[in-house]
Amino acid sequence: MKPAAFVYHAPKTLDAALALLAEVAPQDGRVLAGGQSLVPTMAFRLARPGHLVDINGVAGLDRLAVDGDVLSVGATVRHATFEKADPKFGTLGALLADVVHNIAHYPIRTRGTMCGSLAHSDPSSEWCLTAVTLGAEMVAKSVKGERRIKAADYFQDIMTTALVEGELLAEVRLPLLKAGTKHGFYEFSRRAGDFALGAALVTYRIEAGKIVDAHVGVGGIEGTPRRIAEAEAALNGQAPGAAAFAAAGKAVSAVVDPLEDAQTPASYRRDLAATVVIRALERAAA
Amino acid sequence: MSDTVSITLNINGANHSVSVEPRRTLADTIRDDCGQTGTHLGCEHGICGSCTVIIDGEPMRSCLMFAVQADGRKIRTIEGLAKGDQLHPLQRAFIDNHGLQCGFCTPGFLMLATATLEKNPNIGDEELMDVLSSNLCRCTGYQNIVKAVKQARAEMRGAAK
Repeated sequence: MKPAAFVYHAPKTLDAALALLAEVAPQDGRVLAGGQSLVPTMAFRLARPGHLVDINGVAGLDRLAVDGDVLSVGATVRHATFEKADPKFGTLGALLADVVHNIAHYPIRTRGTMCGSLAHSDPSSEWCLTAVTLGAEMVAKSVKGERRIKAADYFQDIMTTALVEGELLAEVRLPLLKAGTKHGFYEFSRRAGDFALGAALVTYRIEAGKIVDAHVGVGGIEGTPRRIAEAEAALNGQAPGAAAFAAAGKAVSAVVDPLEDAQTPASYRRDLAATVVIRALERAAA
Repeated sequence: MSDTVSITLNINGANHSVSVEPRRTLADTIRDDCGQTGTHLGCEHGICGSCTVIIDGEPMRSCLMFAVQADGRKIRTIEGLAKGDQLHPLQRAFIDNHGLQCGFCTPGFLMLATATLEKNPNIGDEELMDVLSSNLCRCTGYQNIVKAVKQARAEMRGAAK
């Protein structure tokens, strides 16, 4: 349970970090941010990076600020930053505070980072689900410049993203929510703080008593989190309530292609997907 | 064996200058290089919380950090909790409420609870339970740990006023 040897780099500036990454990435060099997923993986020797580029000391990556209608979250902003809803972030702040309590445990959240979760891209990651449901934009930087990648194009497969060798996920940009947006998050796991077997995040607004602009995202069910257009169609134009929510749940179950493991057959996650969506919708309406 | 790096860890106010490989975790360094063996290592992958220490005021898993990353930061471990013969309110509360049996998880629980109550002695029951779910105990069934932390919370609230 001890990580294998690696060469440690601790750059102080973004330019230095990107230059180092360009140099060591071909030798299985990796970025080390919070390390709350990478270090256990190294302890199990599932990962044996040759180099680690520790970005914790890089000036400016801890930036957290509202840029127009977007919340910009830098690469070293910790999960725990979002524990108390910041009124400056409006409804989005309340949504992030609801979600963050489901991420592992507090001593993990004081160290782990939002961008790190997005780069690691575990299927059950709460932040990956949040990014895809809200339509976030990833800002990837390398010595070649900057690329902006939409969440819908970013998550490609289990722990596989659109980031390429030598790129650092420097920032994620989350759209602020329109006034009156309702949100609900629900996840199911076997133990407090454990990986979610299934999770759902929903947002919608009400106009003239009907649901508009519904976003329904599910995580932990398939290899990557995604929005379920069929469930959103089942909600838009309907009055919020048990009938519409049940229809959305049914729509989700019908279209997901669930992961399987030794304890949970696909049928279990298919059923769970509907349950987590319905419970997230109930929380949004409460 | 890769090259070692010279670092200084500030543990409970005392500086420990050590030379470690970058792959050496903070937990191993605290125990084996600095001789502070009160911090325990259970799972070594961030699940059990036995190795919890306080770094710059926040509880963290010392098995999930490399020692080189803690260079120059203020680390607090179980050895720094009592003031001489005067036990910390949490230590007394764990004794009063039989909050431990084998004691292996106790240093981790004490550092977790210390950081939590120092930051917010008015923490509510629900939030406290969420925090205490961070660590594992295989003996007590948790009830007496919860009782102990609540007793210390009442005492530390009084002291904070």
